[in-house]
Order: sequence, then C-alpha cells, then structure tokens
Amino acid sequence: MGKYLLIESRDPFDSHDVASFYDLATGLAKAGNEVTLFLVQNGVLAARQSARSAALQQLAQAGVQVLADDFSLRERGITSNRLADGVKPSPLDIVIDQLAEGRKALWH
Amino acid sequence: MADKKTLTFALMDPPYENARTTTALRLIDAAVRRGYNVNVFAYEGAVYIPFAKQTQHPNAVHGRDAAQEDHPNPKDWVGALMAEANRRGAKVDWVQCGLCVDERGAGEWIEGPRRGSPADFWKFVEESDNTLVIPTK
Amino acid sequence: MAKKALSIIESAYRATLEEQDDTIVWLTHAMKGAGANVDVLLRGSAVNYAVKGQDASGLQFGERKQTQPPRIDEDVAKLVPKGVKVFIVEEDLAERGVQRSEIVAGVEPISRGKLAQLFGHYDHVWHW
Repeated sequence: MGKYLLIESRDPFDSHDVASFYDLATGLAKAGNEVTLFLVQNGVLAARQSARSAALQQLAQAGVQVLADDFSLRERGITSNRLADGVKPSPLDIVIDQLAEGRKALWH
Repeated sequence: MADKKTLTFALMDPPYENARTTTALRLIDAAVRRGYNVNVFAYEGAVYIPFAKQTQHPNAVHGRDAAQEDHPNPKDWVGALMAEANRRGAKVDWVQCGLCVDERGAGEWIEGPRRGSPADFWKFVEESDNTLVIPTK
Repeated sequence: MAKKALSIIESAYRATLEEQDDTIVWLTHAMKGAGANVDVLLRGSAVNYAVKGQDASGLQFGERKQTQPPRIDEDVAKLVPKGVKVFIVEEDLAERGVQRSEIVAGVEPISRGKLAQLFGHYDHVWHW
C-alpha cells in the first residue's frame, strides 16, 4: 500500500471543508495506507483540547499519525499540555523528510 | 549528510495576504538546510514573492523608523535562501510563470529567479523526487 | 516510466472572471500540451464546473467590456478528448442538487468511498 502526507492548514472553526479532508485521511488509512496528517498555520487550532478536537482523536484511533507544527502551536500559545489526545507537536522538517521519502503529499 | 534529493514546490499566493507564503519559505529553508536542491514554480500571485520593488517602511504605530522596524521583504527571504543553497552546494531553481507575470506587471524580480511556463513545472515534476503543491484558497 | 498526477480541484470560481479561465483547469490544458500525464478530480464546489450552460458573459466597467468570459464547462469538457480523465465526486454533486443529466459529457462520477483506490493509481495527488 501507499504512504501519504496530508497537510491541513485551514481552521476547522472557519472552514467547512476541513472535515472532508479529515475524512480523506481516515479513508486512506482504512484502505491500508500509512497516513500522516500534519496540522500547520490555523490548522493547529483544532489541536487544542476542545469540543471539536474529538475529530482528531478519532483520526489517531483510525491509525493516522496526527502531528502539529510546533512553531504554529507556539505562535498561537497552544502548549503541549493543552493538546488533544493523539496529537503530537512536531517540527516542520518532518514534512521535508516525508516528501523526501516519496509520500504522496496533499496540502489543504 | 542525507542523500541529496530534489524537491519541487508549486506556490500560488502573493506575499502579505495569508500565512502560506511564510510556511512555503520555511519548507524551502528546511530543504535547503539539508542540502537538497529545490525547484519552485511560482504560479499566479506567487510571482510577486521575489518582486524587486518591495521596500521596507517605518512603523509609526510602534514608534519605529525603517531601520528599527528592520522588516525583511519576501524578496529578501528568497535571496537569502538562494544564497544559503549556494553555500551548501545546492540550488534553488525558481521559475516565474510568464503569463502570470505579464498579467500582473510583475516583471521585475531579484537576481536568481527565471521566467518560465507550465512546461517547466511538469519538467520539475518529472525530474524531482517529489512535488508539493501549496494552493491558494 | 513517466509520472502520473491527479489534480484535485475543490475551490471554485476563484478569480475566474479576472483570469477569464479557471487557473487550474487552464494549467491542466497547458501541462497536457507539454506532455504531462495528468487527470483531474472535481470535488467540493468545483463539481459545479461540470454543469452545462454556465454563462459568465456581460461583465463591463465603463466602456470596457469583457469579450472573452470564462467558459469553464466547455474547458472541462475539452479536457476529455485530450486524454485527461475528469472524475467528479458524486456525493458532492448530489449535495448541491446537481443531476447527472446536467453535467458535461465525458466526466466520470466517482464515489467518495473509492477515492483511496483512485489515488493509488497516481505518483502524485495534488490539491489545488
């Protein structure tokens, strides 16, 4: 099966189609692919524990590796202890690593 | 050092309108620091990122003159990335989509980028290890 | 072996009047002309691009008229005889009340559930 890197830059509180992108990640994982969802920019606003962060926890439970750009988190004052379960902070460099690895990469 | 890879990025956003330009430059920087070759296809508003006529300005709201504000323009970031790539024995090949340049009057850019077309983008895709498209919204 | 790419178009009517084109449909035509092996997936509101009979004509400011309005449905349809497969997410059509009879010929409906399988056929899957 394949490997995918899905980069979510949009704010789920602002953008209805973020849910579709999360669904795509789940669908790819359920199809047996290795999937990373990398949150960046306002995409990390979903990572703070909230009524909306359950969606990310469900992604992690479905086998998606959910990472959040540490700079974007810091920029928005979201500390590690406030992250939803299943979300890990990560340097942006991991995007370059996964691109170099040859993952199919989609930016939303 | 990691095996030398070549990565291609397609950009669409002009500077100063959203966060995608900065994230794109951060990604290019991360690739350059690894010594990778980087191709950039600047499409649509992204052709303004290396625009030569960007200038710095003071910030009266914060009581800073231009020197104190020390506000790098995006063209400065692009120039710095290209210089860093050269220092590390790598290359940033930045192609400006020609028709996008024409319709925006963005024909003056810093030394380094070159004019091109969608054919260049496809050539980059074929010749690089991977391609990331960063779309505008 | 030549690379194969799937371009996902989701944003719709983004500066199409200013550009007189959709910039990604246009780019697809241009890349195809340059020998690219590229297909298109229309999803979200971009499924409306396949709706027949779109008419963007008549834009005028002062005496200056737009004489070449975008004809996006025609541009989408013209991809097919060039060898570009154009897929369209059927649930997104249904949610927007678009009937199959209303879309241009040659576009292939696909269910959201089949997207993972579709992506597996491509070296690159780009979201524009």
